Amino acid sequence: MNIPGLPRERRAEFDRELRPRLIKGGIVSVAWIVLVIIFSGFTTSLIISTAILLALYAVPWEMIRYGKWVVPSVAILLAITYPYYRDDLYEVPLFGPFPSVDTAVTMTIFIMMAIGLNIVVGYAGLLDLGYVAFYAMGAYTAAWFASPHFGESVGNVHVGSVGVNPEAAGFHVSIWVVLIVAGIFTGIIGILIGLPTLRLRGDYLAIVTLGFGEIMPQIARNGDNLFGTGFNLTNGAQGINPIDPPGFGAAIAGWTGLPEDYLSFNSTFLGKEIGGVEVFYWTALGLLLFTVFCSVRLRDSRLGRAWIAIREDETAAAAMGVPLMRTKTWAYAAGAFFGGIAGAYYASFKGGTFPDDFFFNISVFILCMVILGGMGNVWGVILGGGFLAYLNQEGLGNIGAEINENLGTNIDVPLYQFGIFGVILVVMMLFRPEGLIPSARRKAEFELEDAVDEEYLYDVRGGPVN
Amino acid sequence: MATQARRLPLPTLAGRLPQYIAPALAMLLVGMVIIWLGVNFIKTPSEFYRLFLIGLTNGAIYGLVALGYSLVYGILELINFAHGDVFMLGGMLVATMVSSFGLAGDSGLVLWSMILLMLVIVMAFCAVLNTTIELVAYRRLRHAPRLAPLITAIGMSFILQNVGLVWKGARPTSVDSILPRGEVFTIGGVTYTWDKLIVLLFTVPVLLMLMWLVQKTRQGKAMRATAQDRDASAMMGINVNRTISFTFLIAGALAGAAGLLYALYITNIRYDEGFRLGLIAFTAAVVGGIGNLPGAVLGGLLIAMIESFNNGLSWATPGSDWTQSIIFALLIIILVFRPEGLLGEQVPEGG
Repeated sequence: MNIPGLPRERRAEFDRELRPRLIKGGIVSVAWIVLVIIFSGFTTSLIISTAILLALYAVPWEMIRYGKWVVPSVAILLAITYPYYRDDLYEVPLFGPFPSVDTAVTMTIFIMMAIGLNIVVGYAGLLDLGYVAFYAMGAYTAAWFASPHFGESVGNVHVGSVGVNPEAAGFHVSIWVVLIVAGIFTGIIGILIGLPTLRLRGDYLAIVTLGFGEIMPQIARNGDNLFGTGFNLTNGAQGINPIDPPGFGAAIAGWTGLPEDYLSFNSTFLGKEIGGVEVFYWTALGLLLFTVFCSVRLRDSRLGRAWIAIREDETAAAAMGVPLMRTKTWAYAAGAFFGGIAGAYYASFKGGTFPDDFFFNISVFILCMVILGGMGNVWGVILGGGFLAYLNQEGLGNIGAEINENLGTNIDVPLYQFGIFGVILVVMMLFRPEGLIPSARRKAEFELEDAVDEEYLYDVRGGPVN
Repeated sequence: MATQARRLPLPTLAGRLPQYIAPALAMLLVGMVIIWLGVNFIKTPSEFYRLFLIGLTNGAIYGLVALGYSLVYGILELINFAHGDVFMLGGMLVATMVSSFGLAGDSGLVLWSMILLMLVIVMAFCAVLNTTIELVAYRRLRHAPRLAPLITAIGMSFILQNVGLVWKGARPTSVDSILPRGEVFTIGGVTYTWDKLIVLLFTVPVLLMLMWLVQKTRQGKAMRATAQDRDASAMMGINVNRTISFTFLIAGALAGAAGLLYALYITNIRYDEGFRLGLIAFTAAVVGGIGNLPGAVLGGLLIAMIESFNNGLSWATPGSDWTQSIIFALLIIILVFRPEGLLGEQVPEGG
């Protein structure tokens, strides 16, 4: 039998690749199926989903012509259709049911932020402990331009807003514009923060970004009476809400059937009732795809190669003519841009923004995603980000309930959230610093025996350090 | 040949400013602070004394914690994020001991010997804890890229915070007030109370002993040598690992002493207090010049003064809402413009 797209002479090679992967994947799949059947019973979805994953893993797709597109496109397809088959999926032992669509929105947004941070930490090797500042900036931009907040103090401005009474007080700009504005605005903030601080190296940069990350929420909390002028910028500890939902407006909705606005949307599509959450999810997926695309293209661009050069050896990069400041500032701006978009979209999804959302924990939480998945590798970061965001939203609660039910204990697992993230950071750094799915380049770096003593990875200082 | 314009290197922020501008700005800032303090002093002298005394006391505690950061940074060039949380756990241990020993009504010799006993216990506890952290989380990463131990430090900090949270809950744990709070002397209508004096009386000998240890003893010499050049000191027969462990031991003991004083003086402690105070203390260490021991204490006093005056003064004061922002802004300004700190000679990261 001939496989389409595979030259006849490479058939033997193909089989040689396929066989061990099939055996390995097959054993894992059978073990998984047995495990799930023992703990939560048999469902067809279990067999089908495992078979799909096995096919994706075992077949050496890269050998077939156009085969390298198979895995990403199937993954995208599975992600898009998730709301359709989520209810039919089996229960994972210990973790319980698969994440709800609502959780999936949050996961997607956090993955976006993690990819943004990955540009700064993973590509350019600059440890940023204040990434939450960019998230906050994006969220507040959305709050300023798409809420009734400035109605009393400034006036009413309406630009293409939907789902809002045309007479409503405050600024109401279309969320699509706000997303772009938030990204650009946050990028500018990133440049402003970066310009004075990026001259610092390593841990000093980390502590300065931490400082900015702590100042930002404090401004948000005290910004209801900024510098005693009585101007209410952030509405203080109450936060700003409601923030307008995204939407396409009556005219476009009439032509295309796209939702007029997300909150009140309700329709049936391909035999499933589609509510606001599903639309939010698909939009988030679109934004995520955009982020992933930009991130991968940036990595392979001239700028991205300059980032990696700086990460590996700053002095050598400078000697090769890479302008350090400009390159680092661009890394900051790019990371901040995606953080801002994600923050603005998240604020619109939650319908409000509150200063208590922007603690240092969130910075570390996002950093944890990047480290768990594998610094520098987009696919690893997607995996790490999705998993940790899921744990935070649903997983820990589910695990706790499961443990308490079966062991008769009364452990409040979400209480240990901090500690679990701490353990992940420590264990990953000690035993697998390259992450779950390391990028090929990073892996090579960590495997080079003789290079272990050099400080090539993040920071360069004169001479070997013990 | 036509003369070609010489191409200048890419301008950086510092490079673009004329050389005298940064000092001039600093002078301006200091001048404004002095005017602010002066006006406030003339308007409300008694308030000024009161806040000064509070600042002095808090400064002693900050200084103790800052010393731990400074010692560890001096020897490993690592920001030990977990240090503040070691301090917090020490404070929680004291809270537990005070209630379980039933010290609330005691006074006189019994009280003092018990406080001394608690000091020994909490110092030992924190010292062992800090050394264990070094052993578990940092030692294996001695040869790893520099940001790896920084990330494990954050991880350890989170773990310890979680321990505190599970141990004492999310609300502040109150500690019975056992320090005498009688009057020592009165200045400008403000009474200086015993508890404040006791904090200083504890701190000063600890500092002097630490100075003596680092400057005069063999072990201190080994510490300084290791800080300067680890390879060379290993060749000179210094046991580098033991010296580093010893440094963490000392730093932990200092954090324990600070935890005792904080718990007894402030009389409550919460699981995230350590992280907050740790950041302040780290700022103090940086302001004074990290790796520089007198600098750490000076930085601690300075930060505590800023905090206390900003929280309490009335004329043209940003107020307590902004204290943390001011402290971090100071940290950023110092790191950007004078990374070696106010007193620092050892420059780990020149600008």
